[in-house]
Amino acid sequence: MITPTPGIKTTALLCAISLLNFSLFALAGEMKDGTIAKQNRIEIKDFAFDPQKITVKSGEKITWINRDGEPHTVVSVGKKFQRSPGLDTDQEFSITAGAPGTYEYFCSVHPKMTGTIVVEK
Amino acid sequence: MKDHNHILHNVDSDGIDRRGFLKCMAWAGTGVLWTVSGGVLVSKTLAQITKAGSLPAVTDLSFLQISDSHIGFSKDANKDVTETFRIALDRINAMPTQPAFLLHTGDISQLSKPEEFDTFDQVLKSCKTKDVFYVPGEHDVINDGGKLFRDRYLKSVEGKGSGWYSFNKNGVHFIGLVNVLNLQAGGLGQLGDEQLEWLEDDVKGLSAETPIVVFAHIPLWAVYPKWGWGTDDSERALGYLKRFGSLTVLNGHIHQVLRKVEGNVTFHTAMSTAFPQPEPGKGPNPGPLKVPAEKLRSMLGLTSVQYKQGKSALAVIDSNLS
Repeated sequence: MITPTPGIKTTALLCAISLLNFSLFALAGEMKDGTIAKQNRIEIKDFAFDPQKITVKSGEKITWINRDGEPHTVVSVGKKFQRSPGLDTDQEFSITAGAPGTYEYFCSVHPKMTGTIVVEK
Repeated sequence: MKDHNHILHNVDSDGIDRRGFLKCMAWAGTGVLWTVSGGVLVSKTLAQITKAGSLPAVTDLSFLQISDSHIGFSKDANKDVTETFRIALDRINAMPTQPAFLLHTGDISQLSKPEEFDTFDQVLKSCKTKDVFYVPGEHDVINDGGKLFRDRYLKSVEGKGSGWYSFNKNGVHFIGLVNVLNLQAGGLGQLGDEQLEWLEDDVKGLSAETPIVVFAHIPLWAVYPKWGWGTDDSERALGYLKRFGSLTVLNGHIHQVLRKVEGNVTFHTAMSTAFPQPEPGKGPNPGPLKVPAEKLRSMLGLTSVQYKQGKSALAVIDSNLS
């Protein structure tokens, strides 16, 4: 079930609930004060996530941007957070880190592409 | 698959050794007729055939493989993939004898968008050949596990599971497989237990003389696993099919002609109608390959397949759009 993340609007939570039923992450960009403490950006380039492993604090935003000419996705192993739609070139996808833990993800179009998110308190 | 080399065969009665074979691979861009008989491989360029007037004699079945249309793609490698798809259809319409049907081996769309499928369907209406059999590519199933694709393209075949099926034409048994769904992190293409069990059952009652054509998007042989160009459980599928005297495996996905012959099995990948991709391992990634505009059409194309009863092999002809 949802692990509420402080500072996230109810609407975002409802959206996440309705889409997922369960989630350790919620949609990003919805902080109450409109700001986010730290930008964690992951570039998708040459069929790889860069950085391949990222450590963030719970509540921080994580953004992927696709720099390839090929579409990619961000899909949680075990469906632990909301998957992205197909990201075309220069499209972005963001989530807000929820409960601490280690989360593996991959591109469902090119499953050789894998990445790891470590969420700390 | 143990052997990751995509070129296996060498000498045959046509005097084509390994070096000759490599030359043939280079010819592929300009159209090559391949015939395989009992593992013996013969090739002629389309130009040679046309000059000699020696196109294959009357066949019992002629069909055409078209692949990787990627409608919706608009990057530098080809800014108008709809137009090159249309040109491919024009080439089919210009054939002296229309193929009995088309096989589309996936990646109709770039991003699984309904409007991309709409465009494809609209352009396809110009094709004189109306019967088309489909299997999905990973680009066709990005957001919904393939539901939209199945709703649109598998209605007439009563696909099982996530969309696999088989049918018979002129004594040839065709099997369309799905290896782009439920992919696992770090893995390759995948067929899955349910589909494999169905496959085993599907061919159980067939005599070993029945020619088999398998078509799926991702190659069912290990072309280049590092780039995801292979299928994790393809060996098991091929195990169910090895008793057949003629097995032709047609794939797309890698946007270039590659071929491997193992005994009675011929593996063949088709060109795309949208954009080329690099040769295995050549370049930083398997993404769209930008080539000079004047060269593009020579790297896009179609595959024609002909079957004649009594012959153990199917003739496979690749031709480009230039």
